[in-house]
Amino acid sequence: MIEMQDVYKTYPNGVIALNGISIRIKQGEFVYVVGPSGAGKSTFIKMMYREEKPTSGKIMINGVNLANIKDSKVPLLRRNIGIVFQDFKLLPKLTVYENVAFALEVIEESPKNIRKRVMEVLDLVRLKHKARFYPDELSGGEQQRVSIARSIVNNPSIVIADEPTGNLDPDTSWEIMDIFERINDRGTTIVMATHNREIVNTIRKRVIAIERGKIVRDEVKGEYGYEA
Amino acid sequence: MRLNTLRRHFRESFKSLGRNGWMTFASISAVTVTLLLVGVFLVIMLNIQHITKQIERDVEIRVHVDLSATDADKDALRAKLEALSGVEKVTYSSKDEELQKLIESFGEDGQSFRLFEQDNPLSDVFIVKAKNPLDTEKIAKQIEPLPSVGKVKYGKGQIEKLFAATKTIRNVGLALIIGLLFTAMFLISNTIKITIFARRREIEIMRLVGATNGFIRWPFFLEGLWLGVFGAIVPITIVLSAYSYVFDLLYPKLKDTFFQLLPFYPFAWQLAAVLVLLGACIGMWGSMMSVRRFLKV
Repeated sequence: MIEMQDVYKTYPNGVIALNGISIRIKQGEFVYVVGPSGAGKSTFIKMMYREEKPTSGKIMINGVNLANIKDSKVPLLRRNIGIVFQDFKLLPKLTVYENVAFALEVIEESPKNIRKRVMEVLDLVRLKHKARFYPDELSGGEQQRVSIARSIVNNPSIVIADEPTGNLDPDTSWEIMDIFERINDRGTTIVMATHNREIVNTIRKRVIAIERGKIVRDEVKGEYGYEA
Repeated sequence: MRLNTLRRHFRESFKSLGRNGWMTFASISAVTVTLLLVGVFLVIMLNIQHITKQIERDVEIRVHVDLSATDADKDALRAKLEALSGVEKVTYSSKDEELQKLIESFGEDGQSFRLFEQDNPLSDVFIVKAKNPLDTEKIAKQIEPLPSVGKVKYGKGQIEKLFAATKTIRNVGLALIIGLLFTAMFLISNTIKITIFARRREIEIMRLVGATNGFIRWPFFLEGLWLGVFGAIVPITIVLSAYSYVFDLLYPKLKDTFFQLLPFYPFAWQLAAVLVLLGACIGMWGSMMSVRRFLKV
């Protein structure tokens, strides 16, 4: 459960990124966040994993107010949130397996569990057979699947994706969406910022549109609504 | 912390030592030069201190009792001397004992002084020892005006000179060492900065998947620690072998003088421990400076 109440964000340079946002996303929902560039989408997304703190307002994730938690508690919060980026953020010197395992190693998971979990998620993103490959030996879509695998390997209740298909061709984008839907089917909340009109209009989900730091539209099974 | 985690931190820290080869070399060299000077300086300082202690032990105030003083006067004087603050011990030496000492100190030639045994021209003496040798002069000044006191003698000037010399050496050395310590720390912190930069993507991902700050910091701390500790190896070897050589050379010559050097053991272990510890501290400080600034933790 994600809940925002009157969230404002002004950056030190005076830019107002969020101008009073209130929203409620229930556990297991699939939400698209759309809007023009510079509208505050990225800030909105960053608020959820506390990369940015709100200037004022409340952000509750699973009952914890992110505006109040100490910096030292942020790592524990992030273990319950998976994050996927447009540029994958994989480590080039590690294999697919190691990249996914890395997320568990650094939170000091036991080696036995690591092996089991990594193989499970690689199976889910259908990359088990490429476990020993290095990222630059994979296609863009495959790399993004590795990064999705890494984001869900510690069983987060929420996955946040910031334009996950931004660097991918249309066919590959559908593959990625397929995987997100499967993750969503298991009860994981998905919040996905996107510019992909076709995907939003085809796989109909809740759409939140942000413009000039405000929510201008919030529809169940909504449309992309902007000209391409 | 899990054993696996610790092993991982060790591995990572060694990996980046190798990856930043030249910076590692520069940092270790800086620590080496610094600690070499610290080591040489420590050896000199501690030996001077050791020698000073021995000389101090022999510093005493000789209070000559006025010839006209009666036994009652002497007892009164003794009580007054013992009552002075800072006085450790007061011993009495009669004029006959003094003469005896004089005769003995001249050996064979001293026999001629036996003539004076009939009519001893010497005074009775109270030997006063100060608790702190530095107070000797102050105490001597207090004794001079006391009744029944003739002359007051002590090694005026000698101790002061010794202490002044020790102090100068110490101050110059300290200034030099502090400057060098900062240089070494600065170089180490730069090495760590490069490590952090080389691994910024890894660190970014660690943050995103919820690694604690402590976990992220550990390898950098260890890396700094290694730089400091490795830097201590050469200085320890050089300083200790040089000291052992000098000690063996001087020991027979100094045997019968005040100037006794510190024996090699346990001094060698203490010195080695101090240098390693100092290296470790420089290393950890250096890495802490970088980590704090560049990891925004």
